Amino acid sequence: MNNMSSSSISIFKTYLLMKFNILKLTLAALFLVVLAGTATAQVGSPYIHDPSTIMKSDGKYYTFGTGGGGLISEDGWNWKGGAVRPGGGAAPDAIKIGDRYLIAYGVTGGGLGGGHDGQIMTMWNKTLDPNSPDFEFTEPVLVAESKNMEDNDAIDPGLLLDPTTGRLWMSYGTYFGNIRLVELDPKTGKRVEGNEAIDIAIDCEATDLEYRDGWYYLLGTHGTCCDAANATYNIIVGRSKNVTGPYVDNMGRDMLRGGAKMVVSSGGGRTNGAGHFGRVILEDGVEKVSLHYEADLNRSGRSVLAIKPLLWDKGWPEAGENLKDGTYEIESERRGYGLELVVDFVRMPRATSWGYFRNNPDAKVEPIPSQQLSDVIDTWPSGNIDVRNGDYLARPHQRWTITAVPDAPGFLGTPAYKIVIAGTERALAATADAELVTVPKFTGAPEQLWRIDQLTDGTYRIMPKSIPGSDKKLALISIGDSTPTLGEFDMSSDNSKWNFRDKN
Amino acid sequence: MRNKRKTGPVAIVFLLFAGLGLNSNSAFAQRQADYESNLDVERTIAPYFTEATTKKMTPDPDGFIQRWLLLEPIDKPNRTNTVFTDSYLRNAFDTLYFENQFTGVPEHGDMVKVGDQELQWHALESNNYNVKLFRFAFGLEKKIYGVLFWAVTVVNSPVEMKNVRMAIGSNSASMWWLNGEEAALLSGDRRMVMDDVVSERLTLKKGKNIIRGVVINGPGMSDFCVRFLDEQGEPIKNLTITYE
Repeated sequence: MNNMSSSSISIFKTYLLMKFNILKLTLAALFLVVLAGTATAQVGSPYIHDPSTIMKSDGKYYTFGTGGGGLISEDGWNWKGGAVRPGGGAAPDAIKIGDRYLIAYGVTGGGLGGGHDGQIMTMWNKTLDPNSPDFEFTEPVLVAESKNMEDNDAIDPGLLLDPTTGRLWMSYGTYFGNIRLVELDPKTGKRVEGNEAIDIAIDCEATDLEYRDGWYYLLGTHGTCCDAANATYNIIVGRSKNVTGPYVDNMGRDMLRGGAKMVVSSGGGRTNGAGHFGRVILEDGVEKVSLHYEADLNRSGRSVLAIKPLLWDKGWPEAGENLKDGTYEIESERRGYGLELVVDFVRMPRATSWGYFRNNPDAKVEPIPSQQLSDVIDTWPSGNIDVRNGDYLARPHQRWTITAVPDAPGFLGTPAYKIVIAGTERALAATADAELVTVPKFTGAPEQLWRIDQLTDGTYRIMPKSIPGSDKKLALISIGDSTPTLGEFDMSSDNSKWNFRDKN
Repeated sequence: MRNKRKTGPVAIVFLLFAGLGLNSNSAFAQRQADYESNLDVERTIAPYFTEATTKKMTPDPDGFIQRWLLLEPIDKPNRTNTVFTDSYLRNAFDTLYFENQFTGVPEHGDMVKVGDQELQWHALESNNYNVKLFRFAFGLEKKIYGVLFWAVTVVNSPVEMKNVRMAIGSNSASMWWLNGEEAALLSGDRRMVMDDVVSERLTLKKGKNIIRGVVINGPGMSDFCVRFLDEQGEPIKNLTITYE
């Protein structure tokens, strides 16, 4: 972007008569850069600090933040303010237990009053929709506190309902001393009578507890908070076979000794300072991590909500990335073939006939141009064209340009994408009989919009937003090595998985 | 660390005022002082430290050194730890605060004068793998934030050991020397993590080796941990630790 700006400025100075047009072009380019940036972050007004775990209530998504209130989203991609959480304070968490939502939050802001006396409260609500007649928080109850400069600051709660035992646990604390674990009653949200807090880590903020495949995970945030573009906040993890610890990192270091493995690094692009982990399990193999970035440099450095794919690598969580706009091979995990149009294969000229097999050091060596769209497009039908999988040679009928559609509703953490043959508007679409086709021009119809989720193993699921005349949720699958179709997504099958390769 | 704190609305207003110069370090310090004066707790270094003994002491089972001479905190006001750049730290740590700062091995009870401060050396044994400087200062009713701590210990090696490394973690920034030679600088707004920064290959002399360190912190808890690692990265435990 800097290069673009400087070159534009140079032109601006040299060609005064063209200055307005050049300026317009520069602004347009800058706008596109910003759009490209937002394509991998949440859109709308996602301004929040310390977002709680995302909850779905009455068809909408909710997350609460520091200072009260929070965000609402109809689709999980476009967010706006409006969530209601009384009590103020800092860094809440939320969990659904039965048909109720339990909210935990710190009453205090963490030391800025001169000390570290803190209190954590919990409260229930039947719904998170502030417009619902059932919306009413119960009276908050105290479940943990710190005082007299003990080795703890009672803010930043994180809740886990242990799926193996049904017991409810809460971690809490900040950089001031230890992270502690207490047990709450999942029926009342109160502290279990007689329960003593256990120290499970040091020097973290915004901890959260998770369970997966026999392991308990303690997520936390390290680095510098609240320093805008300079914030080094980053999300880390340790794990244990017991909810009470010890939680150790990938080097075997106890989190009570500072051990930690990175889950989401500080940033480094246009968003900096990743903090406050939250996990959403959508279905088997499809998980998301919610967090905030301390500073979105495209949005005045404000703190924003971000949602990323959550991957698991050898039993360790790590953040994936939404697919970036670009031109890709769509490669089947089943066989490794690439998705392509069903059109005649147009051969490229061979190299010199005999020199191909001979090692002639005197033979002239020069690059051969790639096949261009203009070389082949006239051989294609002008109407709908089917698709199949085939050996990938980066030919025009195999190269797909995938871009987020800014105006279309998205999905939790991901935009809606359009998938077109590079250089054309020929768009991949779902048919009413649950097959695939390309249509000559992208119109924005729901069957031409695609949901692309990175799966927990790093591959991708590709789903049409809708199938004409059907409410089935089907995904792009390989029914044969060379034959794609739409079918039920199965995380255990490579038929359901795809990769996007930048091999152009 | 306060700069790492969550910021509720009150905090945000406070920070805005601070940014506009409408608040001051002294006002904040006053709030801290008011808070501390109302604490309902006995100020003591127990159970984090015990007084010096003459018993033979080796590193703990993980190689951490628990016997140290600690100087009461030098006043070094900083409202944030984000100022701890390498150059800031080298300047702060090169400053001569007291006599024999870079050469002497003090004795328990020795007093030094730093500006208006009369500070005492304490020979202590940490009851943890790490040395909780915050608890040292808090227990002695000294200043706990915006401070600089000096630490010295003597490591006795039965043989010359080459290619060893000093492994350090500190909250916040710190600098360490072995026998007068710089071993490591831990810069930035940093939390204590064992083996966070590891020195280049060093040689432990046969006999006495002097470790010297200085830890700086603005707001937040100060502590450090130090151990030596061999060429395989395993902790070195066949050392004895003394005060002289």
